[in-house]
Amino acid sequence: MPTLDPISAQALDDRRDTPARRAWARLSRRKSAMAGLVVVIALILIAILAPLIAPFDPAKQTYTAVRKAPSVLHWFGTDESGRDLFSRVVFGARASLLAGLVSIAIALGFGMPIGLLSAYRGGWVDAVISRFTDAMLAVPFLILAIALAAFLGPSLSNAMIAIGVTSMPIFIRLTRGQVMGAKVEDYVEAARAVGNPAYRIAFRHILPNILPALLVQATLSIAMAIIAEASLSFLGLGQQPPAPSWGSMLNTAQRFLTQAPWMAIYPGAAIFITVLSFNLLGDGLRDALDPKER
Amino acid sequence: MTAFLARRLAEIIPTLLLVSVIIFLLQQLLPGDPATVMAGEDRDPEVIAHIRQQYRLDRPLPVQYGYWIKGVLTGDLGESMRLKEPVAKLVAQKFPVTLQLALMAIVISLGIGISAGVVSAVYKNTAIDYAVNLFGLWGISTPNFWLGILLITLFSVHLGWLPASGYVSPFEDFWLSLKTTIMPAFVLGNSFAAVLMRHTRSAMLQAMAADYVRTARAKGLSERVVVLKHAMRNALTPVVTLGALELGTLLSGAVLTEQVFSIPGFGKLMVDSVFNRDYAVVQGVTLVTATMYILLNLLADVAYVLLNPRLRG
Repeated sequence: MPTLDPISAQALDDRRDTPARRAWARLSRRKSAMAGLVVVIALILIAILAPLIAPFDPAKQTYTAVRKAPSVLHWFGTDESGRDLFSRVVFGARASLLAGLVSIAIALGFGMPIGLLSAYRGGWVDAVISRFTDAMLAVPFLILAIALAAFLGPSLSNAMIAIGVTSMPIFIRLTRGQVMGAKVEDYVEAARAVGNPAYRIAFRHILPNILPALLVQATLSIAMAIIAEASLSFLGLGQQPPAPSWGSMLNTAQRFLTQAPWMAIYPGAAIFITVLSFNLLGDGLRDALDPKER
Repeated sequence: MTAFLARRLAEIIPTLLLVSVIIFLLQQLLPGDPATVMAGEDRDPEVIAHIRQQYRLDRPLPVQYGYWIKGVLTGDLGESMRLKEPVAKLVAQKFPVTLQLALMAIVISLGIGISAGVVSAVYKNTAIDYAVNLFGLWGISTPNFWLGILLITLFSVHLGWLPASGYVSPFEDFWLSLKTTIMPAFVLGNSFAAVLMRHTRSAMLQAMAADYVRTARAKGLSERVVVLKHAMRNALTPVVTLGALELGTLLSGAVLTEQVFSIPGFGKLMVDSVFNRDYAVVQGVTLVTATMYILLNLLADVAYVLLNPRLRG
């Protein structure tokens, strides 16, 4: 059986010891972050497999089962139209996770290139982008999201656009700051010295180095976006009935606190668990990936 | 200090102008003809023509902005289509209610957040620290409208101790006012307390490891004096600024809290206006909130400089 000499084995170990592996090793040592990751994966699976998990059609109204307390048949009870709350909470995961992921994808997808451009071009381009970023950050997050959603019109897709646009300045500012720091690093100077064009330096050399910070911010921002979507749906500006959404379920539940308090407990608990998991994962990723925070 | 203040004021003017541009441009997002959308159900051509004339929608965009910002600078935020009253008057009417709520929330969150943060740092890595950190995570992960609903269920529906909704001015009946606002103020301050707790804990941990704290201990001072007089005084300086950055969350939170508890502040005014397509009010409230947020941040910067003698020169 062929064996590696000690020097080759060491070389193989060194090759395996990538920054991503080191970060994973650090992340996996944090129990709270791993718990967050497990719950996030479970929630994504629940959202994808909702039709298989939910025992009832989430929109099916049964007027003989209006506001029934939790039971063996209806684990979370039923709502004011006799709809099964467990099924609605399971399907509601789709709206929340979709809103969290899509809105932050919008924020990151536009914010990162704009931040890169701002830092890399400098001059008046940077000045204009920075002033607009400052102005957008000067309006409290949810107030701007509500105003945007109000003008765009109430729907889940408009809520996602509103949250995405409102979250964008954080990513512009973060990318700009990270690129400004990376621009003066030796590896960027070296890439420039061998004649790489600016776009190649930006995307091939700088971007991979600033991704960890963006990943941490994205994870924490997803938590914020999920709360924002729930808030907009609670106010009637997000997912529209009869499609299930945790925020709009809480809005309805408010009218039946005396008769059916369970209507308020489960959708809220679902938001709490989801946001908590993303926050735990984000905190853990920050410790594992961001050297400044260690 | 004067030079610092002048520089900061000069910085916020372009920011405020850009904020006004962004808020003004919101109406361009309305699908279709803004005048028709603003008229809502009322499709009377005369009404639509009146709106078009009132908002100068037939003029080029920069001209429309020019008229709008001229009005804003003279205190004219437009007129509410629904209530037929000036937006500035409506905001001024609702502002004291939100201010009372926000001030109570700040007092509650400062009390809980700073004391929990200090205790957590002093008892680092003990059960107390873990419990306080759990509270922090709970605070930042709980949507305040859910917390509000849970508290109403407990304290109003089951125990009957506090009213579930409504508002009474403290000048009318102080105790009743306190009873109507204590629960919403706690809900509003909950996440702010958690953020303050996290900042205070981390600032206290840094301060407790500093040389001057070691010196204070070496002098034989009691732990209480070391913590409260030496470490805490220095640790709280950065907390002021970091805390002020979170005030925007407090202002945003007021929209939801006022909705849950039916409190007639300007958060509720904004939501009611959204549903009544009263766009001038939405723009006005957004602009006033952003201006307040920018000014609060300026105040925090000034407080930071005043608290930190090294920055005063």
